[in-house]
Amino acid sequence: MGRKLLLEKDKVEGIRYFDVYRREGGYRSVEKALKSMSPDGITEEVKKSGLRGRGGAGFPTGMKWSFLAKPEGVPRYLVVNADESEPGTFKDRYLMEFIPHLLIEGMIVSSYALGSNTSFIYIRGEYAWIVDILEQAIAEARNNGFLGKNILGSGFDCEIYVQRGAGAYICGEETALIESLEGKRGNPRIKPPFPAVKGLWGCPTVVNNVETIAAVVPIINEGGEEYAKIGVGKSTGTKLISACGNLNKPGVYEIDMTISVEEFIFSDEYCGGIPNGKRLKACIPGGSSVPILPANLLLKTAKGESRIMNYESLSDGGFATGSMMGSGGFIVFDEDQCVVKHTYTLARFYRHESCGQCSPCREGTGWMEKLLLRLENGQGKMSDIDLLWDIQRKIEGNTICPLGDAAAWPVAAAIRHFRDEFEWHVLNPEEATKRNFGLAHYADELAVPAS
Amino acid sequence: MIKFSEEKLQEVSNIIARYPQGRQKSALLPVLHLAQQEFGGWLDVPVMDYVASLLQLEPIEVYEVATFYSMYNLKHVGRYMFEVCQTGPCMLRGSDDIVKYIYDKLGIKPGETTSDGMFTLKTVECLGACGYAPMMQLGKHFREHLTPEKVDSIIEECRQHAASAN
Repeated sequence: MGRKLLLEKDKVEGIRYFDVYRREGGYRSVEKALKSMSPDGITEEVKKSGLRGRGGAGFPTGMKWSFLAKPEGVPRYLVVNADESEPGTFKDRYLMEFIPHLLIEGMIVSSYALGSNTSFIYIRGEYAWIVDILEQAIAEARNNGFLGKNILGSGFDCEIYVQRGAGAYICGEETALIESLEGKRGNPRIKPPFPAVKGLWGCPTVVNNVETIAAVVPIINEGGEEYAKIGVGKSTGTKLISACGNLNKPGVYEIDMTISVEEFIFSDEYCGGIPNGKRLKACIPGGSSVPILPANLLLKTAKGESRIMNYESLSDGGFATGSMMGSGGFIVFDEDQCVVKHTYTLARFYRHESCGQCSPCREGTGWMEKLLLRLENGQGKMSDIDLLWDIQRKIEGNTICPLGDAAAWPVAAAIRHFRDEFEWHVLNPEEATKRNFGLAHYADELAVPAS
Repeated sequence: MIKFSEEKLQEVSNIIARYPQGRQKSALLPVLHLAQQEFGGWLDVPVMDYVASLLQLEPIEVYEVATFYSMYNLKHVGRYMFEVCQTGPCMLRGSDDIVKYIYDKLGIKPGETTSDGMFTLKTVECLGACGYAPMMQLGKHFREHLTPEKVDSIIEECRQHAASAN
């Protein structure tokens, strides 16, 4: 059983409420930070912890904090990104819904470190009921002296507000999120300037994912070095994985990044295997944007080593034979699933969510959706597969924000690893509307060249 | 005459007070949510114009936001809106069957409303309930692990809710 830092107490009855949370040791990090640490000292601990952004990009959090500009007389802001919208990802929702005080606690410490007296949680509009849960937690924290003026006599003032989005995946991109928080369309900004210099209302701003900010709590309680001892290499601490698709026990799991992908899928401690005795065909291990892998490349790297659930191992082999940790949205396909159809739903998703600013993304996502639908319906041509490949290449790297790349990668990986499934749709148009390609050879042991 | 109640106007003031002086435009998304809830479940042009005047914005600033975000309805919707997710992870768990079942049951395709104005079916993109698929959003809450039987009971629940409210 791996170490748990975030979800250790998630099953304690009433942990959603301040009294129980406090009784279970909650808000200790605020006391420690505000009474005995300097803001820079906290940033230093976060640096030592090796914590990497849990939203998907995996950028070192301490480094991000140290970029924050601190001009005299200008307010600074912490904005928590709770716009969780990457298909396959529902971990932040779990954390906010069941242990809201962990986020609030992390935000108070982080706000103190960054010098933010007004901090925001930008939450996706569809999580409407979680807004109430967070606002209640904020009110409780305030009533108990952990928010408001002069917190614990430290002289530090802090208020937290929840801002609800209104349905736009793109607002998970930090500059689009800031635009939205300013009451505008979620069009990403051109960087630089980065939010650390010019963010919310033109002021220095740090935008961090929910899980990242929650992880600040154990880092401060136990110290950055202790935190860094958990995990392996540059994958320190624990990571929340939201597992979905064809699994016996889908849900949110906290892992310490040392377990294998195989163990995560098949052991009873985690996902409990695939329902109805079916076999594993494929998996998107880090949210819809990251490359899909066939079962054989998922469980073992191209070098024949067991693949581990961490940043390095999941990306081993680059995009040729690997994938990414991404947001931790782990989507599993059983042998009866159609990769072409699934890729079509993702292309439709990205077309729907493209903000429309950059032509390659606005136009390209629409083209990809149409071509994939045609292929899925048995009306495609062989040349459509090459055309798809060509379009995704022309989107990647040619847009203001990473949504373009996010839309291109799933299509590229599906063709890279499942090209014969695409071709089968073209060659067997009649059959393709009635049945799926099936498991085929995607779980076969790969021949590893002797080194 | 489109106007928030005194209570709602107070709520609007409280929202504006979160932001620095002169940044009341930041209140636009929350106030549009409030307006949609108060004025019939969708944002007609006069409603958007009213929000613009409240926040001292040009109407176009409101229109461009209202048309960007998928949760703002720009036309009339039924009393109960079934927003069924159909993105990849839900598709793997049979969301297509749920959409088809609702069609068979209520005779509405995605984007349509029943003739009695009770139900609207809408297909939506990932709502963050992938592990509890298939799912739909109904009002403020998610309905998860959907089955035909569960859809039946949700429809029945809505009908009873409507009957008791009338």
